[in-house]
Amino acid sequence: MYFQDMIIELQKFWSRHNCVLAQPYDVEKGAGTMNPLTFLRALGPEPWNVAYVEPSRRPKDGRYGDNPNRLFQHHQFQVVMKPSPDNIQEMYLDSLTALNIEPQKHDIRFVEDNWESPTLGAWGLGWEVWLDGMEITQFTYFQQVGSLDCRPVSVEITYGLERIAMYLQQKDNVYDIEWTEGVRYGDIFHRAEVEHSVYNFEQADSKMLFKLFDMYEAEAKRIINCGLVLPAYDNVLKCSHVFNLLDSRGSISVTQRTEYIGKVRNLSRLCAQAYVQQRKEMGYPLLKGGVDSGK
Amino acid sequence: MANENVILEIGLEEVPAKYIPSSIRQLEEKSRQLLDENRISYHDVKAYGTPRRLVVNIMGVAQRQKSLTEEVKGPSAKIAFDEQGKPTKAALGFAKSQKVKVEDLEIRELEGVKYVFAVKQSLGKQAKEVLEDVLPQLIMLMSFPKSMRWADKNIRYVRPIRWILALYGGEVIPFEIEGISSGRVTRGHRFLGSQNITVNHADEYFDVLLREYVMVKQDERKQRIMEQSKKIAQEFGGVLIEDDQLLEEIVHLVEYPTALAGSFDDKYLDLPKEVVVTPMKEHQRYFPLEDSQGKLLPRFIAIRNGNDAYIDIVRSGNEKVLAARLADARFFYEEDQKNTLDENVEKLKHIVFQQNLGTIYDKVERLKNIATFISHEIGLDGDQTDNLLRATHLCKADLVTNMVNEFDELQGIMGREYASLQGETKEVALAIYEHYLPRFSGDELPSSQIGAVLSIADKIDTICGCFSIGIQPTGSQDPYALRRQAMAIVNIIISKDMHISLKKLIEYSLGLYNCNDIDVKKDILDFFESRIKYIIMAKGYRNDIIEAVMDLKLHDVAETMLRIEQLAEWLAEEDDDYIEQLIMAYNRVNNLAQRAGDDIAVNREMLKTPGEIGLWDVYIKYRDDIINHVKLKNFAHALKLLGDFIIPINEFFDGVMVMVDDDKIRNNRLALIKNVAMLLNSVANLGKIVP
Repeated sequence: MYFQDMIIELQKFWSRHNCVLAQPYDVEKGAGTMNPLTFLRALGPEPWNVAYVEPSRRPKDGRYGDNPNRLFQHHQFQVVMKPSPDNIQEMYLDSLTALNIEPQKHDIRFVEDNWESPTLGAWGLGWEVWLDGMEITQFTYFQQVGSLDCRPVSVEITYGLERIAMYLQQKDNVYDIEWTEGVRYGDIFHRAEVEHSVYNFEQADSKMLFKLFDMYEAEAKRIINCGLVLPAYDNVLKCSHVFNLLDSRGSISVTQRTEYIGKVRNLSRLCAQAYVQQRKEMGYPLLKGGVDSGK
Repeated sequence: MANENVILEIGLEEVPAKYIPSSIRQLEEKSRQLLDENRISYHDVKAYGTPRRLVVNIMGVAQRQKSLTEEVKGPSAKIAFDEQGKPTKAALGFAKSQKVKVEDLEIRELEGVKYVFAVKQSLGKQAKEVLEDVLPQLIMLMSFPKSMRWADKNIRYVRPIRWILALYGGEVIPFEIEGISSGRVTRGHRFLGSQNITVNHADEYFDVLLREYVMVKQDERKQRIMEQSKKIAQEFGGVLIEDDQLLEEIVHLVEYPTALAGSFDDKYLDLPKEVVVTPMKEHQRYFPLEDSQGKLLPRFIAIRNGNDAYIDIVRSGNEKVLAARLADARFFYEEDQKNTLDENVEKLKHIVFQQNLGTIYDKVERLKNIATFISHEIGLDGDQTDNLLRATHLCKADLVTNMVNEFDELQGIMGREYASLQGETKEVALAIYEHYLPRFSGDELPSSQIGAVLSIADKIDTICGCFSIGIQPTGSQDPYALRRQAMAIVNIIISKDMHISLKKLIEYSLGLYNCNDIDVKKDILDFFESRIKYIIMAKGYRNDIIEAVMDLKLHDVAETMLRIEQLAEWLAEEDDDYIEQLIMAYNRVNNLAQRAGDDIAVNREMLKTPGEIGLWDVYIKYRDDIINHVKLKNFAHALKLLGDFIIPINEFFDGVMVMVDDDKIRNNRLALIKNVAMLLNSVANLGKIVP
């Protein structure tokens, strides 16, 4: 199965299970969880089901395109359902069938793995899913997001698409994955891996990045007070990415690290609180079948 | 109707393997407790757990709850009945409130006063009916290290509850928890069994599930894993590297285990054994195999959750994953060797030891001082000291390597390997490894002298540092494992018979933190004292013997131990009567000695009576010998001389009047007594001995 067909199959599968099929969010981020369609929508009482692909940037994981398994940017397929359905594990296992993975022919296990994101003030309990000893999915019941309790609880399923593709296509090197007929993963992304590795580790201008961090932070704080939750949150994502760049550049000392993570967590919390307040004021439209079109 | 068996099965999404053993224990304990409280008699209780279910089997449950006789005290008879003996309003009201007839009230006397009593016989309810209340309580009484919410439920549990099966014989015990109703339906193995199975009778439960590929009983799973694994190991002419903790975890990761063998490229056998074995065990939960010489084989055993259908697919998947892991490990190992350990030491400036106690680099600098101090105290030679200081300099250098970053349990081990590779002496490499020992209770102790010194230095530094900023263990809280580290220090000192003053060591170590707070010092000494007592008690020594020696506050653990050994041996050898006499004599001396002043020089010329001269003579006769024996640590010899004091002491007390008016004579006699008491206490405080 080609890489792009995996995406198509997963989209079809989760669309059948009443998920909104969304698109990647256009601000850099380290994981699909940071997409506002997960981070913010997991908060509050409104039901929410969504699925999307998220290209996720982790500057520190870059390996100049040399490593067969590690990437600066990889692709997550993210599913969030709130409240978590009673048969969510069975649904998930069904979705593997859509990828031609028949559970009876493998050893599939749910192995404890609790997820935590200090910058997002978020944590949850769940598992990593093993396919014949390989981790292919992260499965989490959110307990807190933006330092706020999740009620009801969302479940988040994150498929590691490259891992699964390597398995399905029997490839030992991520760059050999066939994206589609005649086009390999490496043809699309190898050059980007090389260039971003050079940039992240050697060229990024730390002085400028520190300045940017401060500016994004100040802007987030300023506009959160204007009730502009989503633009504020975009600035939080910017902060997070700039912090990751500084970290990979080796410009952040141990004590600074804790301090910067604290700053981002603080902003995340402010956004989460403002979002919850905003939805309340809007009367939780999704509890009543959608936003009033304003007639 | 006969007694019935009860099965409760809590159906869950996969429970973390490490929580299952304690859940099983809790289920048994809490079941017994609840059944007793509710007067349900039963034959036995057994609990079981798999990743997807926690199960209690209560065997031979009586059909009915035991009946209960309840007596409730009412008003006094005087108030309850009028002069004609007719019940008053008080009696009527009481009877009504207790739901008994007024003529059934009984009169009992309590401390001379007569009261009315309502005696209520309540017939026990049907056991099944009681269980309807008890089982949901049991489910909610379970506690887990971490629990969670799911969907919109109002409860927390280890993982979401998906079904509940509750059977009393052939009948369902009906109850509901947060919208989940109990029933007789269970689920089989996730992939091999049916997901909707009706169980007709509690007695069939285990058989039904076995047919559905669920081995509910953990011991049976364990046995199957071991049997199959050993068989496979034999086929390869190898032996399983056993690991109880790993086995326990694997047992609780599967409902129907099947062992399979896989292999990996033997080029990885060039790597240190731990580098290969750790990813196998930690990441993948495989059993490694070795040959009869203890050399690693390029094989592993994985335990699949299922049967042997399509097992080749599972094998090749697992082999691929391990190959990638080992490639990573090799990459890290080679990458790490691009830096010398000396270069790594510089990077320790960026690793925080403890928020308020500086970096690991700072710690290493302190360790150099402490190691030098101990080296002086115990008299290491020049070569040993050189090796010790070199090992100290490098002991934390592996903390910034890729391997340790990936597997923190390899700390010390990688240090040892990289040190050997860069040409450090064997002693240095070994000491780097050994300075983390013992890593847990029951772990090996450092074998080399410098490994022992460095281990003590590392631990005393952590203990003193933490105490100096107010972090001390309280109750169950001991985040820095200070108790374990103090025990480790004591055990190392005893095993190496290392004569060093703990008090001086603590003072020195606190000094490096610029802490001279006497309260902190006292807290640490007390902290150690109770660990020392605990360790020596665990060796089987009598409490009074331990107290007698520890009362001297020697602060030298090795010597304390030696004295206790010899004192115990002496006490065991000597006749009980003799010991009793000696201690009585000692107590007479000691009581009086309290009255002595500061000046305890004895003037021989002033001793006149035979009693005091006799005591003086025996004192002079033995003084130097006893002191010398103690100095040479021949405590048994010293103790053997004490017996000769019994008669002179008794003669002294029978014949000499101490508290005379003449100050000079009185003080001289008290001084004599004081000197004798001190001499008798040279080995231990005899007053603490219980004859």
